[in-house]
Amino acid sequence: MRYAMAVDTKKCVGCSDCVVACQTENNVPIGFCRDWVVEVTDGTYPQLEIEIRSERCNHCNNSPCVRCCPTGASHYSDGGIVLVNSEKCIGCGACIASCPYDARYSHPDGYVDKCTFCIHRVKKGQDPACVAVCPTKCMYFGDLDDPKSPVSVVLKKRKYKTLIPEAGTQPELYFLI
Amino acid sequence: MREELIISGRNNYLIDPVLHIWHWQIPLYLFLGGLAAGVLFFAALFKILGKENEYPSAVKIAPMIVPFLLILGLFALFLDLKHKLYFWRLYTTIKLQSPMSWGAWTLMAVTPLSFIWAALHVKEVFPKWKWPHKMFDDLESILKKYILEIAWFILVFSVILGVYTGILFSAFNARPLWNTSILGPLFLASGLSTGAAAIMLLSKSETERKRFAKIDLMLIAVELFLIVHMFMGFLASTQVQIDAASLFLGGEYTAPFWIFVVGFGLVIPAILEILELRKYHIPVYISGSLVLFGGIMLRFIIANAGQASRWLY
Amino acid sequence: MASRRDFIRISGLGLGGVVLGSNAAYQAFSQTFLNNDRLDLGSLRRTPTYCEVCFWKCAGWVYKNDQGQIQKIIGNDDDLHCNGRLCPRGTGGVGMYYDTDRLKKPLLRVGERGQQTFKEVSWDEALQYIADKMQAIAKEHGPECVALFNHGSGGAYFSRLLKAFGSPNITAPSYAQCRGPREVAFLATFGEGVESPERTDIRDTRCLVLIGSHIGENMHNGQVQEMSDAIDKGASIITVDPRFSTAASKSKFWLPIKPATDLALLLAWIHVIIEEGWYDKAYVEKYTYGFEQLREHVKTMTPEWAHGITTIEPAVIRETAREMANASPAVIIHPGRHVTWYGDDSQRLRAVAILNAILGSWGRRGGFYRPAEKKLPSYPFPPYPKPTRTWQDAYPGLFPLAGLALASGICDATIPAHGRSCSFKAWIVLGTNLIETLPNQANTIQAIQNLDLLVAIDTMPMEITGWADVVLPECTYLERYDSIRENPHRKGQLALRMPAMEPQYDSKPAYWMARELAIKLNLAAWFPFEKMEDELDWQLKQVGLSLAEMQKEGIKTFEREYDDLYFAPDEEIEFPTNTGKIELYSTEFENAGFDPIPKYTPHPEPPEGYYRLNYGRGPAHTFSRTANNPNLTDLMDENMLWVNPRVAREWGLSNEQPVWLRNQDGATSRFPIKVRITERIRWDSVYMVHGFGHEDKRLTRCFGKGASDSKLITRVHVDPVMGGTGMRGNFVTFLTSEPKAEEVQR
Repeated sequence: MRYAMAVDTKKCVGCSDCVVACQTENNVPIGFCRDWVVEVTDGTYPQLEIEIRSERCNHCNNSPCVRCCPTGASHYSDGGIVLVNSEKCIGCGACIASCPYDARYSHPDGYVDKCTFCIHRVKKGQDPACVAVCPTKCMYFGDLDDPKSPVSVVLKKRKYKTLIPEAGTQPELYFLI
Repeated sequence: MREELIISGRNNYLIDPVLHIWHWQIPLYLFLGGLAAGVLFFAALFKILGKENEYPSAVKIAPMIVPFLLILGLFALFLDLKHKLYFWRLYTTIKLQSPMSWGAWTLMAVTPLSFIWAALHVKEVFPKWKWPHKMFDDLESILKKYILEIAWFILVFSVILGVYTGILFSAFNARPLWNTSILGPLFLASGLSTGAAAIMLLSKSETERKRFAKIDLMLIAVELFLIVHMFMGFLASTQVQIDAASLFLGGEYTAPFWIFVVGFGLVIPAILEILELRKYHIPVYISGSLVLFGGIMLRFIIANAGQASRWLY
Repeated sequence: MASRRDFIRISGLGLGGVVLGSNAAYQAFSQTFLNNDRLDLGSLRRTPTYCEVCFWKCAGWVYKNDQGQIQKIIGNDDDLHCNGRLCPRGTGGVGMYYDTDRLKKPLLRVGERGQQTFKEVSWDEALQYIADKMQAIAKEHGPECVALFNHGSGGAYFSRLLKAFGSPNITAPSYAQCRGPREVAFLATFGEGVESPERTDIRDTRCLVLIGSHIGENMHNGQVQEMSDAIDKGASIITVDPRFSTAASKSKFWLPIKPATDLALLLAWIHVIIEEGWYDKAYVEKYTYGFEQLREHVKTMTPEWAHGITTIEPAVIRETAREMANASPAVIIHPGRHVTWYGDDSQRLRAVAILNAILGSWGRRGGFYRPAEKKLPSYPFPPYPKPTRTWQDAYPGLFPLAGLALASGICDATIPAHGRSCSFKAWIVLGTNLIETLPNQANTIQAIQNLDLLVAIDTMPMEITGWADVVLPECTYLERYDSIRENPHRKGQLALRMPAMEPQYDSKPAYWMARELAIKLNLAAWFPFEKMEDELDWQLKQVGLSLAEMQKEGIKTFEREYDDLYFAPDEEIEFPTNTGKIELYSTEFENAGFDPIPKYTPHPEPPEGYYRLNYGRGPAHTFSRTANNPNLTDLMDENMLWVNPRVAREWGLSNEQPVWLRNQDGATSRFPIKVRITERIRWDSVYMVHGFGHEDKRLTRCFGKGASDSKLITRVHVDPVMGGTGMRGNFVTFLTSEPKAEEVQR
């Protein structure tokens, strides 16, 4: 099992619904977020193009955060989902410094928090909250080992990229381009 | 024109707009760790070389402060933890790939060793010292028999501790400025240099001071070589590391780094030490203090600038 | 918004910052209003609702956690408006309930009007005050001198109250300030309006043409979803916009048109499509009236002619016309929603309607479908008294085709004028922040100063509540019942809103307020049910449903009786127009004295040093009403001023630099707005998202954040056809230092 997400930059309109849905689903305190939206504009008027990406933890296969965690609080869970066990986290911040995507944040309660791919939903066969809410349906989630999962299907037929592959993290968040 | 924006209002505290998860606590902790490592290294080294009487400050006096340095450093680390009540989790697992874990365990070894070393020499430094219980005297006499073995342990662990202070940063691939293996030796050299400076400051013997001025001079040369080497490495590397180096080469850390670390922390004390060795009388506390100042600035600036250095995508 | 490229540059935390620990700031951040318990979805309880954050009215479920607090709101899968997916505002609707800045108690003005000095009073005292005033006004001036401005579900009960009281003057700014011109134009052409949600079949279209409509930035949920579906299916999108909107970035063709020239482009497209013979000949022949006049009319309106006006290359005009024709009839030239731009908007929208008509898209798959709706019968209330005057008496001979009351018209008719028999004496304003909604704030405030009574009903303190005599705190949509949603769609649907929570503070539902007021005005006969839910239950029972059933399911869908979503081939259709045909040549416009076929007239251009003020929507906000919502301010807490890099260079502006704006009439923004230097805007325009720059200090999160475009809209071009207020003729210049207080007129 290898959970992955694909985000279609051609359909995303940057509404940031994914961010609010994540916050309300996961009790992310106001002022913090586990996911965010990046908009990149290139060119000169009127020759322009825009890429919009809903970003979050990349649930890397080679996660620097898991590697550098001194207590094992950051760990790989089912299907490669990277999680933080708040009962083991000492809040040293090493994982935050180690993430090239700045995907983690320091929860006001002290522990480090991040995207969980909504594992509590995934276990029930639901999509993560961001995927389920997206009005443009620009996000695909599923198991890459299952060739019929939405994410496998879309990655087979579309061109895609990952973020900073040269950082060697082997991310599982794909962007359809 | 390329315009890259986060449009969902992300503003995570300590992360945005620029990473600032580590404040003064971690660099202070690293400085104190390096200083402690330096002092212990020389104490153990000269003990093993059998020169404890030639260099009493190095072997006996300076190590008295080490337990305090380490406790203070650990306290700074503790202050940095945001989920403090769970700090004991550090000692429920050993994670070899995690420099934090590594450091925690190294300190777990070094701190008691430093206490033992101080205890074994406390009567020599403070002749009026009395242990509150006879048990301590017994323990002291037993340990005294193994003092050389202890010195060897301290020598090894002090080097590990000194290197660790740099490795903690260099293990982070996400921060290109830190992601260079030069940081390990650089911080070790800096730790030894500050250690030597501390010994110089505490020494009452002219020979010992001269000796450590020479050692320090050599270490400063090593540091300068490593710094040049580090920038050469960055500039010959990928764009992100070129960007990282440019923080110091025209970027906003240029002045603090070259003036405070290289100027006041390395070059000026080196000149003063050379002058001292050439028989000019220069108060030792000037160069010693400058080296300590340079050491602390190096940690602060590297810690701070490293968090400003990132991958762009 | 933070630029990543700037991360390194702006780090600037120097050594001082390092040494200064920031535990205090950390503590401040840790104050969160949501509790932090882990989730257990199994124990969440859900109640149905339909959203009130915007007026798309998506149906959803409100989920509560173990502590009985609202955890989240998610879409109802059966709802055709949202298909189970709410937009960010709907998802963030939670924040409306939790906003601690809410209006909490009825307030009565004690000081001068607009000074914002109020005392808290009991509901009885507040309502009695209103009733007494209303009766006095009715006695002295007639009940017609009381007007209702509303934008929200609660408006229905106050409308009923007002009609029972004897006033027909009920208005919503969504007509004259927003979509009025398109309804008038489509009614004149097809005999039917576009409605809300729009009857555009975007899901199945092969070519979607957006003119100044930025779907995706305006989160009209169903349309955003369908546009995304259309992209998936390979539909081509043509976007006409001086700004590189999000939709433009998804488009096959982006036409960066010179602002205010859209009508020329539309006429040139009609010209090409007719001259090249690309129009739907059978459809035009069978269903339309006035084709030959149209052909004659556009004969000279060639792409070359339009190029000189619009700056769009003739080849591009031809190519895009071809693209539409290739997709025909599965093509939509989108009528837009906020279309009150230049004062000739009904005519521009007529051109849109005509273009759709000759491409045969009206009533066709991928064009415009025939909506279905299920209406509940109304309770047999006694007949309303016959009013003797309406707002229109203030405008003899003007705006003959206005189908609904004009909010701006009633506002203007409040200011006493020579020769006018009566001016409005009381306003009841529900759920609309008129200060920010109507153009020309000074005018609105002058009107308010002429009132005997201004009642503002809202959930939040807004600029308008600051001007009110009586402020009534309405509870949010999450705390009340409202009328069943009956909007038209592909199928008829009924959706229920019920309270998930008890009303917080001393807030009340509008139904309760209207009924209590009715009792005090001796109009209780129109409110026979003490509780809203009993009235709903009565209504539902008439169609074989019940409230209990709706509480469980939230939505009821009614299959169409006939398969008539689209016109059947060769179907004989009698269109509800004068001629029974689709009127390319509008007899209605002709009879009313307007051009039966649209003509292009040039509009003023910005003088040297001035830039056209364009405004629009951000996906996270609805007008100015959400600006303080904690969940939504988290996404966007201020607007920025989009400036072309060329302009920025000329003025020496840098990114994020605060500037103030002044328009050609001297109207000046009170708060600074940060510059966003971006290639996405033309050099002759600037752009900002509407709804910021709030001046009410009680809005702690959004007070003084960003600039208000409304404050800069003083030059209004009124549409003679229906009275729409064209608001895009305002030109602004930059002030790089703060203007003096006296320069910022209220």
